[in-house]
Amino acid sequence: MSEPLLTSRYGIEESWKLVNAERAGAYDVARRALTTRQPAELREEVKKGNIRGRGGAGFPAGVKWGFLNPQEGEEIYLVINADESEPGTFKDRSIMDLDPHRLVEGAIISCFAINAHVAYIYVRGELAFSVTRLEEAIAEARQAGYLGQRPFGIDHAIDVHVHSGAGAYICGEETALLNSLEGRRGEPRLKPPFPAVKGAFGMPTIVNNVETIASVPDIVAMGGEAWSALSRLPGDGGIRIYGVSGHVKNPGLFEAPVGITMRELIDDYAGGMLGDRPLKAVIPGGSSTPVLDPRRKVDAPQEDHPLHSWHGQSEIDVPMGVDTYRALGTMLGTCCAIVMDDTVNMVEACRNLMRFYKHESCGQCTPCREGTGWLVDVLDNLCNGRGKPEDVDLLVNVSNNMMGNTICAFADGTAMPMLGMVQKFREEFMDAAIHGVPDGVRHDASARSLVEGGA
Amino acid sequence: MAFALTPEREKQVDDIVTRYPERRAALLPVLWLCQRQNGWLSPEVVEYVAERLELSTAIIQGVVTFYTMFFDAPVGENVIWVCRTLSCDLRGGKAIQDHLETKLGCTAGHTSSDGKFTLLKAECLAACGQAPMVQINDYYYENLNVERLDRILDAHATKGGEAAAAEFSTFASFGAPSGSNRGAVTSAPPPPSKEAVRLASQPPPAADTTGEES
Repeated sequence: MSEPLLTSRYGIEESWKLVNAERAGAYDVARRALTTRQPAELREEVKKGNIRGRGGAGFPAGVKWGFLNPQEGEEIYLVINADESEPGTFKDRSIMDLDPHRLVEGAIISCFAINAHVAYIYVRGELAFSVTRLEEAIAEARQAGYLGQRPFGIDHAIDVHVHSGAGAYICGEETALLNSLEGRRGEPRLKPPFPAVKGAFGMPTIVNNVETIASVPDIVAMGGEAWSALSRLPGDGGIRIYGVSGHVKNPGLFEAPVGITMRELIDDYAGGMLGDRPLKAVIPGGSSTPVLDPRRKVDAPQEDHPLHSWHGQSEIDVPMGVDTYRALGTMLGTCCAIVMDDTVNMVEACRNLMRFYKHESCGQCTPCREGTGWLVDVLDNLCNGRGKPEDVDLLVNVSNNMMGNTICAFADGTAMPMLGMVQKFREEFMDAAIHGVPDGVRHDASARSLVEGGA
Repeated sequence: MAFALTPEREKQVDDIVTRYPERRAALLPVLWLCQRQNGWLSPEVVEYVAERLELSTAIIQGVVTFYTMFFDAPVGENVIWVCRTLSCDLRGGKAIQDHLETKLGCTAGHTSSDGKFTLLKAECLAACGQAPMVQINDYYYENLNVERLDRILDAHATKGGEAAAAEFSTFASFGAPSGSNRGAVTSAPPPPSKEAVRLASQPPPAADTTGEES
C-alpha cells in the first residue's frame, strides 16, 4: 500500500464539502453497497476485515455486529461514539473536520448492514465546530438523496443525527453515552444487558467509534480480506490513524498499517525526539494504557509466548496491535501516543493524569470516586515533599482496590496506568517520597492561583 | 423573570424532539440552545425546559450539574478553556495559563473584572498533537505560545470573536511528513521532516511553537 485510504481526502481543498468529496470518490461505495449487495454480505466483509474497534478496547467490530439478535418489533440503532476525550487522543476530530462525508458514508453502509434506520453521532460538547461540519455534511447528503426515506432509491430509510455532549469524559463509555443520549446524567449502566441487546431507548444498539465506522467504506470497497491484509499482524486488520503528541519534532496524525512499532512511529513518522533528547517513556494509546519504558526488554523465552519473536528487544520494538500490546501488559488503546523525554518527572506526569481522572470520575461507584481522590492526595503529598516511602505502596494498594470493583472500566483505566507507573518507575516515586519533586520539573497549578487560591 | 426561547429557536426545539423516540432525549440539545441564548442555565431556564419537555426541574438540575460545559452560574461574555492535561503540559500549558491569568487579572475559575472573559481550566480537549491549546467559546486555538495567544486576544478585543476565529482558529490538522503526496503517509517509513503539512485554509503555526516551558 502506498496511497492513503482513510485519510486520502484530508489534503483536498474544502474536503468537507460534498462536491469536493464526491469528486474524490465519496458515496461510490455506499451507492454500490446499497443497490447491489445484501446486508449479510456487508456484515461478512466487515468481519473478514478483522477491524478491531478503534475506540480503545479493540473489540472486533464484525463480531460486535454479530451480537445483534432483535426480537419482534424492536428497532436497531447505530450509535457512533465521537466523544473523543481520552488524554493524548485526537484522531476522530480530524475525520469529522476534514472528511465528514466519509463518516456519513460509513454510517449509511453500516445502518444498511445491521438493519438500522437511525444513527446517532454522539460528539463531545467541546467540538462545536465538528458538530457544525457534520450537520452540514448530513444536510448535503440528505439533499442529494443519500439519506432519508429512500437512500439511493432503495427501500430502507436511513437518517443520521448529531447529538452533542456537554463535557464529560465518562460519556465515552458506551453505556454512559447511551444515558447521555437519552437525556440523563452520563453514568454508566450495569452490563449485562449489553447494548446489542438493550441499548439506546431500550432497543438493540451497536456503539462503534468514529474511525471504525469511517473505515467501513474502504473495507467494503476492497473486500474484507484484502483490507485486513494491509495490516502487518494477523487477526488485527487494516490501517489506522496513529497520533503522536508530547516531545517529538513533528507531533500529529499519521495513517499507517496496523503493526508498526512505537519506535517507527516516533522516529520515522513523528520526526524523532524534540531536541534529540533521549526518550524516557511513552504512553502508547491514551492515558488509560500503562506506560512503556524503552529500557525494558521483552521477557518471553518460552517458544509459545505470543511475544517470543521479540524476546530480548525493547518494549517499543513490539508491533502495535491489540493482542501484542495486551501480551506486553499494556493496551493499544486509541493508538495515540504521548511521548516523554528525560526531562519529565514521572511522578509529576502521573499526578497530572490522576487529576484528570479525579475530575472525570462520574461518582457513581465509591471505589472510583474515592480512589481517584486518594491517588491525587497521595501524589500531591509526594510531589510537595510531604510524602513518605510507604505512600508508594499506598498508591498500589488503592489502585488494587479500585480494579474490578466498579460498574464500568473507568476505575480499571485509572488503576492500570497508575500501577504501571509505579512498577516501571518505582525509584522515581521513592525519590519523591524522600525529597519531593523539584520546582523545575513541576506542572503545577498556575503561579497566580498558588498565591491567590483557585483552580 | 420568566425565560422563553426565541421563536426561531422554538422551531429548532420542535425539530429536535422529532429526532428521538423519547421526548426526554432532547434534553441536552435543548439545554444547549438555552445556554446559547441566555449565557447560563438559570433557575428560570430550568423551569422553562421542565415545562417544555415535561420533566421535573430536579431531573434537569441533576443533568445540568453533571456536565462540565453547562453553567449553573453566570459567566463572562466569552469563556476561555485552557487545557492542562499531560500532552499540553508537556508543551507548555502552564505558561499559557500563567499568561492568561496575568493578562485577565483573574485565576482560573473566575471572570475578569470587565466581565469579558471567564477563564476555566479544562481537562483534555482532544487536540494533543497541536499542544498547547485553548478553546475560546466554540473555537480551538492551537500550537500556542505567549505571542500567538496575545495576537488572538487582541483580535478578539478589536475585531470580535468570529473574526478572531477566522484568522487564528484551526481545524484538526493533519501533520503528515511532507512529500510528493500531500497529506499522505505511505507504508514505507517516510523520511523525517521538520514541517507538518497543513491545509491551505489554515494559518501556519507560529514559528516557535516548539518553545518549551522550562
